Amino acid sequence: MDLFEHQAKELFAEYGVPVPTGKVAHTPHQAREIAEELFSAGSKKVVVKAQVKTGGRGKAGGVKLADTAEEAQQLAEQILGMDIKGHTVHKVLVEAGSAIAQEFYFSFLLDRANRTFLSICSAEGGMDIEEVAATKPDAVAKVPVSPLTGVDRAKAREIAQAGRLPAEALEGAAELIERLWAVFTDEDATLVEVNPMILTTDGRVMALDGKVTLDDNADFRQPDHAALADEKTTDPLEARAKEKGLNYVKLDGSVGIIGNGAGLVMSTLDVVAYAGEEFGGQKPANFLDIGGGASAEVMANGLEIVLSDPSVKSVFVNVFGGITACDAVANGIVTAYKLLAERGESVNRPLVVRLDGNNAELGRKILDDAGLPGVERVDTMDEAARRAAQLAAAGA
Amino acid sequence: MAIWLTENSKVIVQGMTGSEGSKHTARMLRAGTNVVGGVNARKAGQRVDFDGKTLPVFGTVAEAMAETGADVSVVFVPPKFTKDAVIEAIDAAIGLCVVITEGIPVHDTAQFWAHAVAKGNVTRIIGPNCPGIASPGKSNAGIIPADITTPGRIGLVSKSGTLTYQMMYELRDIGFSTCVGIGGDPVIGTTHIDALQAFEEDPETDAIVMIGEIGGDAEERAAAYIEQHITKPVVGYVAGFTAPEGKTMGHAGAIVSGSSGTAEAKKEALEKVGVRVGKTPSETARIMREIMQNR
Repeated sequence: MDLFEHQAKELFAEYGVPVPTGKVAHTPHQAREIAEELFSAGSKKVVVKAQVKTGGRGKAGGVKLADTAEEAQQLAEQILGMDIKGHTVHKVLVEAGSAIAQEFYFSFLLDRANRTFLSICSAEGGMDIEEVAATKPDAVAKVPVSPLTGVDRAKAREIAQAGRLPAEALEGAAELIERLWAVFTDEDATLVEVNPMILTTDGRVMALDGKVTLDDNADFRQPDHAALADEKTTDPLEARAKEKGLNYVKLDGSVGIIGNGAGLVMSTLDVVAYAGEEFGGQKPANFLDIGGGASAEVMANGLEIVLSDPSVKSVFVNVFGGITACDAVANGIVTAYKLLAERGESVNRPLVVRLDGNNAELGRKILDDAGLPGVERVDTMDEAARRAAQLAAAGA
Repeated sequence: MAIWLTENSKVIVQGMTGSEGSKHTARMLRAGTNVVGGVNARKAGQRVDFDGKTLPVFGTVAEAMAETGADVSVVFVPPKFTKDAVIEAIDAAIGLCVVITEGIPVHDTAQFWAHAVAKGNVTRIIGPNCPGIASPGKSNAGIIPADITTPGRIGLVSKSGTLTYQMMYELRDIGFSTCVGIGGDPVIGTTHIDALQAFEEDPETDAIVMIGEIGGDAEERAAAYIEQHITKPVVGYVAGFTAPEGKTMGHAGAIVSGSSGTAEAKKEALEKVGVRVGKTPSETARIMREIMQNR
């Protein structure tokens, strides 16, 4: 899960990482009130920052400086509701402007290739670090961090020095880096990025921005993380699927997809998109992995979620019978229809089922004998995808 | 010969007394795996019956190895306890540790991996969040359905479980030497490259199927390795061409971020070094069939 900037900064503050004073506003009026508070506390300027989980906010006009509370309100009015790379701005962060002497870059992240952690530090902050790394590779220090030994003050100092931070910023940066390491490990983050990390004109080092990605797998030991989830930008169907323990991602096509195993479902999306080209560009409507077990109840829940999406015109159930053999899966589909009928739901769009693998023959016979309305059986993945795309085009 | 897992492998199961552990221990035994015991500190000394075969439960991996000569461990313990279980296996210096458990925090995986490296890489780790490893007709360590394929001379390495099964099934008439599911997490023990190297050295493997998916750059690195070191034919498949940026597709590691991790980039990297890449799983199987028939 990616955090908003203001959430990242609140987290930083809990760990003693210096951040500018500020608050979140959902309306221009709130922005004005926060700005008034900041000005009366001595701020010379305030910054109004769009809260969206994407980069390039500044270039898109989502970050603006105000000299008065009145101006902060006007800027918030402009920024709220703005679309930045497909993300609607629902809230702004209003914070005290900082007197910046210098801008640096800093991050902790997961180094997948080397199966360890990495810190990246550079005296060239404030811009796209990938661009800096491409044009001036010497200016970007990448220092591996062992998960076993971590980051103490000495290691933090080593990182700051490798990034060639100026002498007057070194101690402050080292302290900040050490605290960010605590955020990274204690919060089970896979990314903690501060761009820019600044040196103020009065010699303090602060985090002026913050980007944090948390590891969902660690939710069991991070009870506070649930409160950070963003309901406004979570698709309602994705939220419902999550409640039912289903791994569902909403996409923008017309062919509903249900399959078992993440790789097979990803592959199914591809095969449907290829097949759909022939039928006016039909595309998959979702990713749904019902897992290895595929019990009747899971199948029913899956069908219910997929059919709740009005853009779904046909459904492709693609199951490979491994541990759970195809006869069990077929029985699951038959029972799922009964369960859905009991819940007052009906399967009112065509369903193409492909069963292969263990006990495929038996599974197919069960489906055929059940004679479920609207269910078609196609035995190869490619042909079944084609049929599902064709039906989606016909139903559109 | 197969790679890493043979008919001589003696397997213990960490978490054998749990529901997943016991279900799959029974399946491994039916597949002919020489399972010699389980590990659970709280149930040490007990014996568990599996369809007439009784297996002992040991308090520690070290004790199980000393008593049975086990050289492979399969880990089914829940995510909360997986890190400790794997570190215990590493400390006991077992040769192969197959981590099936799904949903392990990546900080935990990074820690046990660093621990394995610090101990000199004596223990090969496969996984986590993987289906395991199967050498058809010989042994099966994990949850791969053994009966969907036959012994043969194709080697298979894959990030995905069900795509592994799909491929094993489609090419069941030709058969496999070893099938390795390396898992779809951002940090994994055994990589595509490790498996490619082992298959290259295995005299019983003639050709290799490599299945990848979006996220990271493991496939690109594998392509560079293939160009330098692999002489046997490799057929590739990559899942996730239509996956949108920024959405995790089931596996924790399967996410396209910015321009990195796309299926297109992986396919291009593989094709550039002469690997034939199938557009769909069935086309991939067809290419492999053609290669094996023209040998």
